[in-house]
Amino acid sequence: MVIGERKPFDEIMRMAEGLKKIMVLGCGGCVTVCLTGGHDEVRVLSSQLRMARDKAGNPIEIIEKTIERQCDPEYVDQVESIVPEVDAVFSMACGAGVQFMAEKYTGKPVYPSLNTTFVGGSKKEGYYVERCQTCGECKLYYTGGICPIARCSKSLLNGPCGGSTKGKCEIDPDVDCAWQLIIDRLKSLGMMDRYEDIMPANDWRTNRDGGPRKMIREDFQR
Amino acid sequence: MSVECKTDSRLEKILRSGQFAVTGECGPPRGADPEVIRKKCGLLKNNADAFNITDNQTSVVRMSSISSSVIMMQEGLEPVMQMVCRDRNRIAIQSDILGGAALGVKNMLCLSGDHQKFGDHPAAKNVFDLDSIQLIHAVRTMRDEGKFMGGDEVKGVPKLFIGAAENPFADPFEIRVPRLAKKVAAGVEFIQTQCIFNLKKFGEWMKGVVDRGLHEKVFVLGGVTPFKSFGMARYMANNVPGMDVPEELLKRMKDTPKEKQAEEGIKIAVETIQQLREMKGISGVHIMAIEWEEKVGEIAQKAGLLPRPTV
Repeated sequence: MVIGERKPFDEIMRMAEGLKKIMVLGCGGCVTVCLTGGHDEVRVLSSQLRMARDKAGNPIEIIEKTIERQCDPEYVDQVESIVPEVDAVFSMACGAGVQFMAEKYTGKPVYPSLNTTFVGGSKKEGYYVERCQTCGECKLYYTGGICPIARCSKSLLNGPCGGSTKGKCEIDPDVDCAWQLIIDRLKSLGMMDRYEDIMPANDWRTNRDGGPRKMIREDFQR
Repeated sequence: MSVECKTDSRLEKILRSGQFAVTGECGPPRGADPEVIRKKCGLLKNNADAFNITDNQTSVVRMSSISSSVIMMQEGLEPVMQMVCRDRNRIAIQSDILGGAALGVKNMLCLSGDHQKFGDHPAAKNVFDLDSIQLIHAVRTMRDEGKFMGGDEVKGVPKLFIGAAENPFADPFEIRVPRLAKKVAAGVEFIQTQCIFNLKKFGEWMKGVVDRGLHEKVFVLGGVTPFKSFGMARYMANNVPGMDVPEELLKRMKDTPKEKQAEEGIKIAVETIQQLREMKGISGVHIMAIEWEEKVGEIAQKAGLLPRPTV
């Protein structure tokens, strides 16, 4: 899933400066699962904003709403009647959701309340880790199911570098060395011969380096 | 090992003629004053066969490796132009390879590069379009096949003697020989190792290198760094990733009176070189006297490595 973290409150307050009425819009997708942008978080942020603005003697009116997904026009359409009533929308979705809202409601400022951080999963409740960089050409077959692009700090395809110490990355003793994990895994699978194959220079065209990407299912385009 | 030289590199000539090679190191300044390099060159001249010019080492901005290499050549020394993958994509890398070779550089060292987190610009975007092994392959292909990575013809190939680094002390230990094998398969011709303090572990690695016959395919230069003080030894033991400083060396430095520690550090370096010379498969040493260039000559002298051969 896409992981997001709420922006610092002061930054959200600055974006809301001069606004009298806003909608705080949650998303029922990934950011609900990672506990940063769903129904409950909409309530918390809205309360915080109201309190802070009341305290400053400059109250703000807030409509709270959460839709199924903000990255889908079908659901984005559902707030059509509310958007004209507000000065701006504060989206609690990932960057994709914010932009889908902005694309639909062209005359209305749509502001992000989260920083979209990475594609990953939860190790346990409230603990999220990065696993994929969406490079567009999955290499997990070669690397024992552990991604060097997402998990090696230098994205080395023929690692590990000389900074790997006791299974940890040179940048931080709390970060696992992805190549130590890959080697341990290849060894346990009896596939160490794969280590000696040189991975050629990557074709980054499938990554964002090829420009913004799209995926089209032709059979659905009729 | 082939005795036929592929470049005009003095380092290559010495290694291919079977003579024990010595390389040194010169860190460029954090400013535009060429005199800093000229001064260091004065201290280093004739004390080694070639000298690495670091490429923004530890991710701290310095004068570029290419321009510093040119200044070094003006002083009559032979540079080994280091190039890291951290800061350039394959377009810039190949362009700089051509530029360096056109300016007269004859040796190049292919490195992944330290992570920018360690440097003075931790907010920088890193590149790592290639890794060190892919970089080795790229420059080798440019030189020997006259082809860019994209497949087009190189008109006027870069005649560079191709080196890389290897750290026998990083983990996991068991892949450190296979990793060298990958570099050899990619086309590397000489290797400079990480600073050797743990000779026992280095010997184990070297045995693995010899057992696989890699010493017949690549020249291995053992890395030697003199401690200036106990403080430096302790710092290297505890703060530099992938460094292996055994307890007994730390104790030896600690037990030496402060005013004698520099001398003791040099003594350890000389002893290390002497032991390396006895080791099968070692073709030379790489003396990294970090911001202590004036000591390279003394170390080489005491280790019996001077005068350097003329080729």
